[in-house]
This record gives sequence, C-alpha cells and structure tokens, in this order.
Amino acid sequence: MNQRPPSVESATAPRSRFAGCGLLVPGLLWTTLFCLLPMVVVLAVSFATRGTYGGVLWEFSLDNYRDLLHPLYGRIFGQSLLLAGMTTGLCLAMGFPLAYYIARMPPRRQALWLIFIMIPFWTNFLVRTYAWIFILRTEGLLNTVLIQLHLISTPLDLLYSNEAVLVGLVYGYLPFMVLPLYAAIERVDPALIEAAWDLYADRWSLFHRVLVPLTKPGIIAGCVLVFIPSLGSFLTPDLLGGARSMMVGNLIQHEYLVARDWPLGSALSLVLMLMVMGSLLWYLKAQEPPAGERGGQ
Amino acid sequence: MNDLSIDIRALVKRHGATVAVDHVSLQIRRGEFFSLLGPSGAGKTSLLRMLAGFEMPDAGDILIDGRSMAGVPPNLRPVNLVFQSYALFPHMTVAENVAFGLEMKRVPRDEILERVGSTLELVRLNDKRDRMPGQLSGGEQQRVALARALVNRPAVVLLDEPLAALDQQLRQQMQSELKAIQAQVGITFVCVTHHQEEALALSDRLAVMQQGRVMQVGRPDDLYERPENLFVARFVGVSNEVCGTLADIQAGEGALLLGEVSSSRGIRVAVPAGLQSGVPVVMTVRPERIRVTPGHDKETGGNCLHGVVETMRYIGSEWQGVVRIGESVRWTIHAPNAGSGSRPVAVGAPVSLQWSAGDGVVIPQT
Repeated sequence: MNQRPPSVESATAPRSRFAGCGLLVPGLLWTTLFCLLPMVVVLAVSFATRGTYGGVLWEFSLDNYRDLLHPLYGRIFGQSLLLAGMTTGLCLAMGFPLAYYIARMPPRRQALWLIFIMIPFWTNFLVRTYAWIFILRTEGLLNTVLIQLHLISTPLDLLYSNEAVLVGLVYGYLPFMVLPLYAAIERVDPALIEAAWDLYADRWSLFHRVLVPLTKPGIIAGCVLVFIPSLGSFLTPDLLGGARSMMVGNLIQHEYLVARDWPLGSALSLVLMLMVMGSLLWYLKAQEPPAGERGGQ
Repeated sequence: MNDLSIDIRALVKRHGATVAVDHVSLQIRRGEFFSLLGPSGAGKTSLLRMLAGFEMPDAGDILIDGRSMAGVPPNLRPVNLVFQSYALFPHMTVAENVAFGLEMKRVPRDEILERVGSTLELVRLNDKRDRMPGQLSGGEQQRVALARALVNRPAVVLLDEPLAALDQQLRQQMQSELKAIQAQVGITFVCVTHHQEEALALSDRLAVMQQGRVMQVGRPDDLYERPENLFVARFVGVSNEVCGTLADIQAGEGALLLGEVSSSRGIRVAVPAGLQSGVPVVMTVRPERIRVTPGHDKETGGNCLHGVVETMRYIGSEWQGVVRIGESVRWTIHAPNAGSGSRPVAVGAPVSLQWSAGDGVVIPQT
C-alpha cells in the first residue's frame, strides 16, 4: 500500500482500468439470466425423469441419454448432419463464384450487389419459406411451368422431401456464406491473381493454389455460419420436409411440445450443442496459422 | 529479323476517351535490357501490361519471338512479369514461390528442385529459401520476385518499376545487381520506369514515352547527348535552353541568332542535316558542358554568354547554381567542388558561361 509509484499516471491508471467495467454489467447480467441459467436448467432437466403426464420428476437418471442410442435418433442425427453438410457444400460451391464476382467489380457496383444479396433479409423468414411451398408443391409454380413447357407430363413430387429441405436451407443460408467470402476475397491483392496467371496457372490452379489458401479464414467462417444454423434448423424442415424429412430441430420441438418429454428434449438439445461446439473447435483449430502446411509437391 | 525478341507494331490502347498507347511501334532485340521511360500517364505501364497479356490492344499487334500474341492469355505467353509490389504469394515460402511457375508448367520434380536451387543461388537467396515473404526485407523480396520470373527461362522478363519501392542506397546496389544478373542470364528485359537516372544506368536501349507516344528510341548516350525533341532533352537530364534562328550554315555548322538574349559574339552550333537558315530553333546545353568563369570575359574562342549568378547550392560533390542570362532565361550550372567549402562564384557576381559548338544541340521549334 505504501508502494504507490509517485508518478502522475498512478492516480488515473487504476481508475481508467475499472471505469469501463460498469458498462459490462448489463451484458453480463443478460447473458447470465437468459443464456447461462437456462442452459444449466436444460442440463439439469436432461438428467431428470419424465412424469406420467409430462411433468419433470427430479429423479436422477441417465435413461434419456441411453434412449438417444436408439437407431431412430441416430438416423435423424445422421440425416441432420448430412443435410447441414450438403447445405454447406452447396452454399460454398455457389457462394464462392458469386463472392468472387462481386469482389472484383468496381466498388460502386459491389455495394449494389451486396444489397441484392441482403434484400431477402428484409422479409420474414417464415414468409420466404412459405414462398418455397408455393413454388415446389404439386400444383406449384415450378410444376406448372415445366408442364406448360411440355418437359414433364405429370407433376413432380417435389415438396416434403429431403431435397426440398435442402433447397430451402441453401436458399436461406447462402447470404451467410457469400458475405464472409466476399470480405475475404475483396482483401486479396489483385496483383497476386495476376501473378498466378502470369506464372502459367490455369483457372483451377489459380483457385486451389492461390485463392483458397488466401481466403481460408473467410471460407471457414462462411462454412461455420451456414453449417451451425442449418444443423439446428427447425422451420425449414418443418415446412418443406413435412413428415418425411425430420431434422434434430424438429425432433427437439416434438419432444418438448408434442410428446411432452422435457428430459429427452433437453438431452437432445445438449447433444446438438455438443456437435455445434465440436465444429466450432474445428473452426478455431483451422484458424491457427498453418505451420509448414504444404510441402513442395 | 531473327535477333528480334519483341516486335510491337502500331499498337493502340484506349481507356475510355483517352488514348493510353497511341500507335507505338518498337523493336526490341534479343538479350537486350530495354527500358520504357516516361512520366506517369505516358502509357508505359499500359504497354507493359499488353506485353504481359493483362490488357488487350485495340489495334496493332505484338510479336514475341516472331509469334503473334493476339488473343494469347497471360498464362500461355513466354513472358514473366516482376510486379512493382512484387506480388509474392504470402502463404508460400521463398522456394515455393519460385517453384510455382515450373509446377504450373508440369516440369518434372527433380528439375524443379534443381532450377529453383540454381536460380536462388543466382539472386543469392539460397539461405532464405524456407522463409515466408513477410519475413524478408524489401530488397530480398525484390530478388525473390526476380527469381520467380527468371526460373521459368522466359523469352522476356518484364519489370514494372522494379526498384521504386526500395530506398536510395539499396536502389543503387540493386541497379548493378539487376544489370549483372541480366547480363548473366542473357534474357531480354523490358523495364518500365519513371526514374531517368535508373533507366540510363540499366538500359542497353530505351524509349522515352509521353502521352502514349514514343518520343525517341536509342542508347542512353543517344538520348542524353542527342535529344531529338525538347521533351526528351528536358526529361532526360537538365536542359539549358535558348531560342534563336539558324543562319550561315556551312558544312554542318552554323550560327545561332539569339532573340531574347544578347551575346557579344555569335553562337556557333552544330546543325543536323535537314535544317535550313531562318528556321526557328531551340539550342540546349547540358550543365556539365558549361565552363563558368567569373567576370564578363571577352577573349575566349568558343561560345560565350554573360550572366549574373542568382543562386548557388552546395550538394557535396559539386555546386549547383542558377545563372540569369536574359530577361527570362535562366541556366543551371554545375561547378566542381574545388575544396575548402568556398563558392566557386559568389551570388550576384557576373559570370561568363562558355561551351564548345559541338555541345549545343539544336532542336527545331514546334
């Protein structure tokens, strides 16, 4: 206490260090009350037992997690992973050329195109998903057009399938892929692309030897931003997949609201969270600077 | 024809309403160090980018080793560009950067290793081969960029302001290194620069460009000693000018009648063929050809103009000054540093400027 350095800053430094902390209180309070606490509740409930009429009995059991080993749940988890993975892959395949194209335009046009990409967000997601029902259903827009063009004679069964869910998910999450990719590609020095071209690279080599390594953070960010919400998506598979295509999100909703089995629903939620955390860990690991990543092949 | 590396034929490039390259024709010989010199906006970069294939000409053609480059994309051209910003791939080591072009050409692996090694040897970077470009100094990055082009043994290496990003000392060192490497590999180098001293020091021949046109092509001494127009005289070195009309031409020599400056005697000049008496001309003399003596000397044999010293500047190796010789005519003079830090002539003092007839270059007024 008697060791205060006799400098002028000593009087102000500790104050300025703690002065901003008061501003943290609202955020911390909010996070604790509405995020951390509910998670603890979910964790607790997942180890409880379902009452006969749907209540939660506070008797410790691992039955919920044991139930998850049932092949049915495994199939739904597998299907969710597959759909989320395919969504991510398709978004990346479509998003990269689009982002590249936008990033190489004159700045004024770039802004316009970015607005085009974001316009869908101005409308409610539910409404936009309903629009897909109108496009895909038996008497829908797509079938009508195809029949009018005499490309098909009987309407295709498009709605309520995994494919319909995939279309909906890709549609919904494509902007989340395009925006980080755009940001990453826009930062690549055009001279590097010209240098690769000058050094005899064809399009494919330019892409995988120069563009991909240089935009890796953007690619990973885009994949995480698409994969995580599609894995837990509920609305799209509910509306476009119907009874034939179920994802984890629908299963959780079903357990909570229809089967009134809160403990099982909580266990499902936690497993989903673990999967998301797993992919985030992979993301963080991949963000580390690659040390001697590539040999001279 | 066989010793032509690049044959540029009436090349035109427009950027919107402006003509960046205006009917440029140039022949560049095999193994030559050729520079395109000019102020910014002269069209030299456009010309270089058309040689590399990044821009397509609106008219005319480029032949490299006798083959037309019309419609040939950059990755299929036998040229490599050293970018002004170096454009090294930041995610690859030095060796990987240098190997890139060979890998793209699917050269066998053993040969890649060997050629990358010998090229890094050439630019003295073998000990830095596993570094990332970000860990190198500017001069080292410059040498990697050069190695990355040379390793492919292209017909032509293009250099875009190769030394612009380096500081003065490194610049001079790299100049001689660049020249030595070029002489060693014998590849045609085409270099864009706005730095006239650099262009003179490096090039076998150079073209001075202005507003999309080539003003003069020649060896460094051609351009410096015998500029064909005022732009070249002023852009390459310092030009001391005086206007007048030619008279009394005999056997390649004549008199210059001065309008704005009075001289005790007539000025004798060498007259290039094709100029007649009565033609209004500008005579230009380089500062280092002018002898400065104090006082208004009257008994010299050569050309002599009288003036008053306006400024004298000490720059170490010599003194540089401005002498007013007419109402609005000022000449730059260089006086040797004779020692003891004293001015060769005082500011405000009358001086005589003398030069021999052969040192005055006559350029027709346009």
